[in-house]
Amino acid sequence: MHDIQTTDESGESNVEVPRAEQQQTADPGSAAPVGPTARDNEVSVTKLRLVGALLVLLKLGPVLILLVLVLVMSSLSPVFATSQNLGNVLSQSAVIAILAIGQLLVILTRGIDLSVGSTLALSSVVGATVFGSTGGGALTVAAMLGTGAAVGLVNGVVYVYGKLPHPFIITLATLSIARGLALGISDGQPIRNMPGIVTDIGGGSATWIASWLPNSAFLVALVAIMVSVFLSRVVWGRWIYAVGGNPEGARSLGIPRSAVLVSVYVCSGVLAGVAAIVTSGRLNAGSPTFGDLAELDAIAAVVIGGASFLGGRGFVSHALIGALMIGVIRNGMNLLNIEAYLQLIVIGVVIVLAVESDVVRGRLENRFRVMKGAAA
Amino acid sequence: MNAYPALAVRGATKRFGAVLALDDVDLEVHHGEVLAILGDNGAGKSTLIKCISGVHKLDSGEIEVDGVPASMASPAVARAAGIETVYQDLALFDNLDATANFFAGHEKAVPAWLPRGMRWMRRRDMARSSSELLDRLKIRLPEKASTVGMMSGGQRQAIAVARTAAFASRVVILDEPTAALGLRESRQVLDLVLRLRSEGCAVIVISHAMDHVMEIADRAIVMRRGRTVGEEVPTPENRARLVSLIVGGEV
Ligand SMILES: Nc1ncnc2c1ncn2[C@@H]1O[C@H](COP(=O)(O)OP(=O)(O)OP(=O)(O)O)[C@@H](O)[C@H]1O
Ligand SMILES: [Mg+2]
Repeated sequence: MHDIQTTDESGESNVEVPRAEQQQTADPGSAAPVGPTARDNEVSVTKLRLVGALLVLLKLGPVLILLVLVLVMSSLSPVFATSQNLGNVLSQSAVIAILAIGQLLVILTRGIDLSVGSTLALSSVVGATVFGSTGGGALTVAAMLGTGAAVGLVNGVVYVYGKLPHPFIITLATLSIARGLALGISDGQPIRNMPGIVTDIGGGSATWIASWLPNSAFLVALVAIMVSVFLSRVVWGRWIYAVGGNPEGARSLGIPRSAVLVSVYVCSGVLAGVAAIVTSGRLNAGSPTFGDLAELDAIAAVVIGGASFLGGRGFVSHALIGALMIGVIRNGMNLLNIEAYLQLIVIGVVIVLAVESDVVRGRLENRFRVMKGAAA
Repeated sequence: MNAYPALAVRGATKRFGAVLALDDVDLEVHHGEVLAILGDNGAGKSTLIKCISGVHKLDSGEIEVDGVPASMASPAVARAAGIETVYQDLALFDNLDATANFFAGHEKAVPAWLPRGMRWMRRRDMARSSSELLDRLKIRLPEKASTVGMMSGGQRQAIAVARTAAFASRVVILDEPTAALGLRESRQVLDLVLRLRSEGCAVIVISHAMDHVMEIADRAIVMRRGRTVGEEVPTPENRARLVSLIVGGEV
């Protein structure tokens, strides 16, 4: 690895040395005191710009890819860009987006939450059961959100206070447990009927603006704005980044690391409950099969949207863009009658590219720093 | 001046499994005094200051701040008691910018009646304060907006030290503050230590750089294998003796 990098570097400087020399001959009387140093400086300045530009490109990457995807899909299929279909894309992406925002919070702290798909199912089943026995809309919503919070709390508390090395295992365990509970409570069958408030949120559209705009899109926007503001303006949000950037350092500066970690799993759980409201509202039922593999979509969305899987870096916009990318790929390929197996492969390839570009970004940043240090 | 030492540690003992990292260590540092802790690698210097700053808990021993017994249950408690520390590993957040690093764990935020974590950050206020601080300490950063991960070793160290200086009230602890620094940056850190001393802070400095210790420290204690093995006023005449205490030979 290191050898390759070194060759890389010398390759680049080989390309750029002549350019720097040209500049120098063009401007011989420059104030540079010593020839070689000045030339080195110019080499590094050019390289610095190059690396800087690459970094910007990498950061914009996901947005550009999304735009290209949309353009390609609309040129290939006349149906894609119709308002009706765009509404479909939005409502199909809504669940992924909500789960992805929760996953983002977890990933920001270097964690992962594998349980969200199962939590969604459990929450929908609990909601349908509560509605069936009480008929209360608000109570149903509270039960669904509460179920999500409870699973998240278990994840966070066992991970942090059980001193597990990584949240992978505990959330894998709750993935299994929550799905099992959902199957047990429901006897393995979907439970029909959800309260009006839930079906409005999940299945309704914003007729007061445009009939194709799903209400769930507004819910996503609301969640996105709330979480964004929280992350960027509220102290706790800053602490989430701090814990992800340097967990030990955060602790040694008096940031309540354990509480911060527990809180992100609780948020992820609550958002799984919100996603359950959308899903069961759209289908007017609770079912133990809802949200199957949704955790993978959510993780994929965060990563391909441009947040760092290594923690500490990422915004809500990344989760949204990633969710839309997955939504557009799925929808577009359906319209084009591309078979399901190919869709899976395409999404997998996109994930690999995204993670690799994150690694490259990290390396470029390192090099950027070294070069800047040398130039200063 | 205050009759009590700003910080006193008595009988500090700390064990990591089989390793006795601290063995009955005593230490006192007064307001307006710079105390150097010397010792070879693995002597227990970092462990001692981590116990003072609440990162580790002492197995036994007492800590007093201005004569008042204090249990450093957590770093937050230590910071609240006016003890600020620059750790050997700097405890910086590579993913955040300089301002966010300055205020990490001490964010300026309102309203005061809410729990600290739930307050709204005064971001412009923090940005202004951090610019002022950087100016005051004559630290130049290329772009203040870029993340600390993109900065050079010296700049990172400067940021960590500046953070400490900004919040220092009683005791400032610096674990090898000049280790990664060039001449000019080292000079700035040393000046900063002297300024903190003149402002009445008690300063504890861990350093392997004898010249720096000679210049700034009023007193030096030497640790070896978890014990304090000597104390000297670092003067040129005492230098040889300090060195032999560190390496453990006889003069
Ligand atoms: N968290 C820990 N767990 C286990 N052992 C530790 C831990 N921290 C320190 N030690 C051990 O305690 C002893 C003292 O370490 P310490 O870091 O305090 O040394 P130091 O004097 O700061 O050395 P240096 O000059 O290299 O920084 C060493 O033997 C070290 O291996
Ligand atoms: Mg040390």
